This record gives sequence, structure tokens and C-alpha cells, in this order.
Amino acid sequence: MGQQHDIYYVPSKSQWPIVAAVVMFLTVFGAAHWLDAEPGESGFGKTLLLVGFVGILGMFFGWFRSVIRESMRGYYNSQVDRSFRMGMMWFIFSEVMFFGAFFGALFYVRMFSVPWLGGEGHGVLTHQYLWSEYAASWGAGGGNGPAHVGGAFQTVAPWGLPLLNTLILLSSSVTVTIAHHALQAGHRGKVLAFLGFTVLLGAGFLFCQAHEYAEAYKELNLTLGSGVYGCTFFMLTGFHGMHVTLGTIMLAIIWLRVLAGHFSKEHHFGFEAVAWYWHFVDVVWLGLFMFVYIL
Amino acid sequence: MAHAATHDEHHDEHHEHLNFFQRWVMSTNHKDIGTLYLVFSLLMFFIGGSFAMVIRAELFKPGLQLVQPYFFNEMTTMHALVMIFGAVMPAFVGLGNWMIPLMVGAPDMALPRMNNLSFWILPFAFALLLSTLFLPGGGPAGGWTMYPPLSLQSASTAYVVFAVHLMGISSIMGAINIIATILNMRAPGMDLLKMPVFVWSWLITAFLLIAVMPVLAGAVTMLLTDKYFNTHFFDAAGGGDPVLFQHVFWFFGHPEVYIMILPAFGIISEIIPTFARKPIFGYKAMVFAIASIAFLSFIVWAHHMFAVGLPLGAEIFFMYATMLIAVPTGVKVFNWVATMWGGSMTFETPMLFAVAFVILFTIGGFSGLMLALVPADFQYHDTYFVVAHFHYVLVTGAIFAIIAATYYWIPKWTGHMYSEFWGKMHFWNSVVWVNVLFFPQHFLGLAGMPRRIPDYNVAFANFNMISSIGGFLFGASQLIFVGVLIHCVWFSKKKATDRVWEGAKGLEWTVPSPAPHHTFSIAPVVHDEELAHGHVED
Repeated sequence: MGQQHDIYYVPSKSQWPIVAAVVMFLTVFGAAHWLDAEPGESGFGKTLLLVGFVGILGMFFGWFRSVIRESMRGYYNSQVDRSFRMGMMWFIFSEVMFFGAFFGALFYVRMFSVPWLGGEGHGVLTHQYLWSEYAASWGAGGGNGPAHVGGAFQTVAPWGLPLLNTLILLSSSVTVTIAHHALQAGHRGKVLAFLGFTVLLGAGFLFCQAHEYAEAYKELNLTLGSGVYGCTFFMLTGFHGMHVTLGTIMLAIIWLRVLAGHFSKEHHFGFEAVAWYWHFVDVVWLGLFMFVYIL
Repeated sequence: MAHAATHDEHHDEHHEHLNFFQRWVMSTNHKDIGTLYLVFSLLMFFIGGSFAMVIRAELFKPGLQLVQPYFFNEMTTMHALVMIFGAVMPAFVGLGNWMIPLMVGAPDMALPRMNNLSFWILPFAFALLLSTLFLPGGGPAGGWTMYPPLSLQSASTAYVVFAVHLMGISSIMGAINIIATILNMRAPGMDLLKMPVFVWSWLITAFLLIAVMPVLAGAVTMLLTDKYFNTHFFDAAGGGDPVLFQHVFWFFGHPEVYIMILPAFGIISEIIPTFARKPIFGYKAMVFAIASIAFLSFIVWAHHMFAVGLPLGAEIFFMYATMLIAVPTGVKVFNWVATMWGGSMTFETPMLFAVAFVILFTIGGFSGLMLALVPADFQYHDTYFVVAHFHYVLVTGAIFAIIAATYYWIPKWTGHMYSEFWGKMHFWNSVVWVNVLFFPQHFLGLAGMPRRIPDYNVAFANFNMISSIGGFLFGASQLIFVGVLIHCVWFSKKKATDRVWEGAKGLEWTVPSPAPHHTFSIAPVVHDEELAHGHVED
């Protein structure tokens, strides 16, 4: 830690915001161009998407490097630290609301749209004239809608891999907390061990998830196109999986930063932010395990 | 708490030697970024306005005159998207950026680099959105609400979805920054219940933004996967429901409506006390009214969907919940009037716009109450009555408040007074023509003219012609605004004093005019009697 200034640090200028805006634009412009291309048409979309994505990684590296340097030089007083904490908290809240949109969609189709298609409530006439054959149910029987889009499928059994994944994520929350306490107590070896263990658990979760997806596609015929069951299943677990991936990468970077001696007993907001994020993906998983797999 | 700020390890002497690119593109300064937001917003106001001129020109007479129906639909869609996400929201963020640190005595925004990113995403997002107009398949034409399956039929869905994602990221980061600034950067003595109402309104708006922009992102992501990745969220054959989109969209959309009006309430609550030379009537009631409106905004979304076939219980619930909003809004209007009551009022341009806001926004509120009634809404739904309603709250509401704020604070920004004569010319032209433009649309709607249609029954011809004439002249009146701004920034000789307005109170008037590049590097000492609303009775 460098010398402490009791002043609110405001950098005079920074190239990272404009770099970030440009690479984000390249990424989405490439993606849009790719998606909108006619079948068989070879556009520049894919290339642009790749360039933009690599640019985003580079931008994060550069931006965080300058922030870490400023932190190591002691430019950040406790007030700056509070700003960072609030930023992370509200960012996680926005993520909660993002998942909320998809959970909301899940509850809506289960509570309303599927039963209505089966003739419940004010869906009586729709059912009678359009889908009189359809016996509404969730899961394997009717979860892909009255047209049985994507063909018959089986659901993933909750008490196999999903249960294992629940245990993995719950224990990873414990290990990251142990690592945090060790950091506060100044036991660097213990921090590295338990943080490393957390990274491995995150990777293990992702491995199981990938295995489960492969099995769903190959053996259960459960795909993204399996009606509303398939899309809620894969979009919810998929977005969660992306967050676990990001969380695991962040934990790995924090592990390297512990190794490099970036954190002290008092100043380790980077560690805490990633730990909060990890707990957040953990809680989302509990919701998923309950509402997507079990119920 | 720390009371001072630094700006670089090399300190301030190098600091003012940034070249043009460094100052504006690599900025971390809340004033420069605020200016960028405001200039961008003005540009978008004219782009969106030009789309409106196309719409009004086509509707000048019955029959197809100028444009093809698909292009007409692109114009209505793009007009809304550009005005909402490009003009109104960035204008409020720009005003917040400029004024919140000045009003709470902070050296800058809490997260200055992220502040710049929030802005610079926007030009790219709108380049992406507007580029769709030049694509072979055309731009989005299914309305700004993007209802499936209609919206999925245009070729440009992916561009629109990603543009909306970018705008959402920008808004969320901007909102996080504003919350962190307000909660963490206030000068000592600037207690929460001593903050100006404008700051309060932004604190609550920022919460709304963080809560609902991700929901919009989720909704458009489902559109994207339904179109390109074979999902069936909105397809009944696969068990989904197009109405699901409307629920998710309006869960975002209704709080969004208040995102576009709560900062306007804050602005008006600053301007009226200044020109009535009285503290605001019922400061705490004003704050709690804003908070109540924000809370209610989360439980009224389905009033946009009364005609879609909701269960009866839902229609009744959403009808009553919607009508409840009239209570806190009524408190606000009452308090603005009570603030003026017995005040020694003068009518400079900001005050003229503020008074017009109070009256005309209230008309928009009343037509909103009419729309809230389920049985009546079956008649009004998707007619020009709805168009008249939301233009009264957004143009004479949000836009008038933004214009009022610009006249109110521009002497502080530039150090010069604007031309009062031309400001008043701008006001009287705007207020007359905006009513010629939108008031007849109430009659058209009640008579049954549908929205978003390029042609209409000859029975509607007269009112449409009147409305179009009002539209062209209201559009032309805004050129006066640009003239006043250019004059004020570059040519005005009349220096502004620090306090600018005789009755102005609050920290922002204690710094010189123009406000120096860095203010409150050392936190100011807050004297309660200097604050606009300093003495709050418990």
C-alpha cells in the first residue's frame, strides 16, 4: 500500500470509456449483422463480433489494471471505497432484476399461458377451436405447447446432477467465506487454498452443467426449441451458467491477485466484490433448482 | 469523511491543458459530460422531431400523400424510440450530471470514468438504431413497444434489440453513478432531508432505472431468441403467449414513464420557489409523493393492456391501483400552486415554462385518469386520445421541464444571460402551438381515429389539418430555442451574476458563473438558511 491521501480521487482523463464504447459497439454490430445475414451469405459480422469480443477482454484488462494501480498507490480513500461498494451492490441488484424478467416469464407460462391453452379460465374457446387435443401439463407431457414443437422430450431429473451442482455451489459459498475470513486474519496460504478450491468448485459446476446440456440434447431431446419448457429451461440455466463462468474467471483473477500480494487485511474490496457476486449466483441457482428442476 | 478532492497525481496545474479530444472524449468531468449529454439530447430531439414532421405531413390530409405505409410505421416507431431514449432520458441525465454534484457540494460524480462510458455508449447505440432505416429490409416498424409477433416481422430486429441493450447498459451505469453520488458524496451538513427536491427526484428515478432497465433487456432478449434461436416465449403453438411480452415490457414500461417525469417534477420544484420567492410548500410531502409515485409505478403496468383480454380481477386491480397515483400527483400539483400562492412572483422564461408545465401536465394527468377506467378505456384504447394524453405529459410535461431547466441553469453553465425577449418568444410560440398540435387529438381519439395509421376517414380531416399546422409551427418554434442557446453560449454580452436569480437558493448558486471546471474540491460549509429547503420541520 502506498501513501494514503484523504482526498476523493478523480482521474483527470481516461481512454478506457471510449475504448469500451467502441468495442461494445463492434461486438453488437457484428452480432446483429451476423444474425441478420441471409442463409449462406458470408458477411463481416462474425469477424467483427470476434474482434469486438477480444476488444472487450482487452478493455477490461486495461481498465482494471489502471484501477488496481491507483488502488495500490493508495489513491483511494475510504469514501472512494464506499462508492465502489455501492456501485457493485447496485450492479448486482440490476442483475437480480434481469433474472427476474426470466423467472417472471417462467411463472407466467406455468401459471397462465399453458393452463389457458388447455382450456382453463378464459382460455375455454381458444382451447375448443384451436387446440382441442391439447391436455395442458408442464414438463415432458405438454411443456412444449399444443403443437408439441421440437417433438417429445424428457426432463432433467433434479436429484442427479442438479443436486450435485447445488451441493457444489453451496460448498463453494462456504469456501469463499473461509477464504475471506483467512484474508482478514492475514493467513495468505489459507486464502490461496480455499480461494483456489472455490475456483475448482466453480469449474466443476460448469463441467457438470455442460454434461447435463449434452445429455439433454442427445438423450432427452430437450432443446432450446422444445417449446416454452425448453426455452425457459435453457435461457434461465444458460444465463446462470454464463454468470458462473464470469464469476469463476473473476475468482481466478482474484486468486492471482492474492498471489501477487495485492490485498491487505483491511483493503481488499476487489476480493469482496467478487465474493458478493459469487453469493449472488449461488442464490439464483437455489431459485433455479427449486422452480426449474424440482417443482 | 473526506472533504477534498484531487484530480491527478500530477495535480491541477497540468490539468486544464487537455486538448479538444482529451477534454471531450476522454473526460471524467461531470460538467463536460453533462454538456455532452445535453448537446446529444438536443440533436436527438431534432432528429426525432423531424420524424414527427414526416408523420404530421402525411396526416395533413386524408389519403396517402407523401410516404409509403411501411415508412410511416418506421417513422412512428423511430420517433418514439429516439425521443424517449435519445432525447428525454439523456437530457435528464445531463441535467443530473451538471447539477447534482453542484447541489450536494460534491467535487464530481462518484465514479467519473464510468460516467463518461455511460455517455459514450449512446452515440453508438443510436448510430446502430438509426442505421436500420438505411438497411435493405428497412427499420423497425412495429411500434416502439415492439410487440411480437408484429415486431419480429421486420428485418432489423437484432439491430434494435442490441441498440436497446446498449441504451439499457448506459442508463443502468448512469443511475448507479447518480445513486452513489447522492448517497456518498454529499457535503457535511447536507442531510438527506435537506437535499433539493431535484436531487431527491433523481435519487428515486435512478432506483427505478436500475430496477426496470434489466427487465427491458430481458424482454428484448426473449424477442431476439424467439426470432433467431427457435425459442417460443411468445408463440402459443409452443405454449408461450404474445401477451407475456406485453406484461414483461410494461413492467419496465410503466416505471419508465415515471423515469421521464419524476426529474421534471424535481426541476419544477426548484424553479417555482425561486420565482415565487418562497420556500417550496410542503417539502417533505413533495419527497414522499415522489417516492409513492415510484412505488405505485411497479403495480400498475397492465393498465396499458386493458383491451388485450385480461382476467376481470386483473383489470379491476390495475384500474384502482392506477387511480391511486392521482393522489400523490395531486399533492404535488397542490403544493406547486400553494408555493406560488402569496409569493412575489416574476415571470422570467424558466418560470413561464414551469407554470405552463403545472397547467398542461395536469391536463395530461386528467386524460390519464380517464384512460385508467377500464370500461372507458375499451373505447379510448389505441386511439388518438392516448396519443394526446401521453404527448401532454411528455411534451408539455417532460420536454417543457427540460427547457425550463435549461433557461434556469444556462447562466450558471455559460456565465452569460440568455436573451429574455427571445426566450419569451420561444415560450409563447411553444405553448400556443403545442396546444394547437395536441388538443384536437383528444377530439380525434374520442371520435375513434386509431393511432399509427397513415390514412384516415375524411370525417377526421379538419382536426388533423389543424393538428398538423400546430405541429409544423411547434417544430419551427424550437429553432428559436436553438438560436437562443447559440446566442447565449457564444455571443451574449450580458454577464450572469453568481446568484443569477434574485430568489435563487442552494449550493449551486454559491459558485461563480460560469461554474469553474472543478467546484467544491473542498467541501462547502452548508448553512441551512442558504438552502432552498433547509428548514424542514420535523
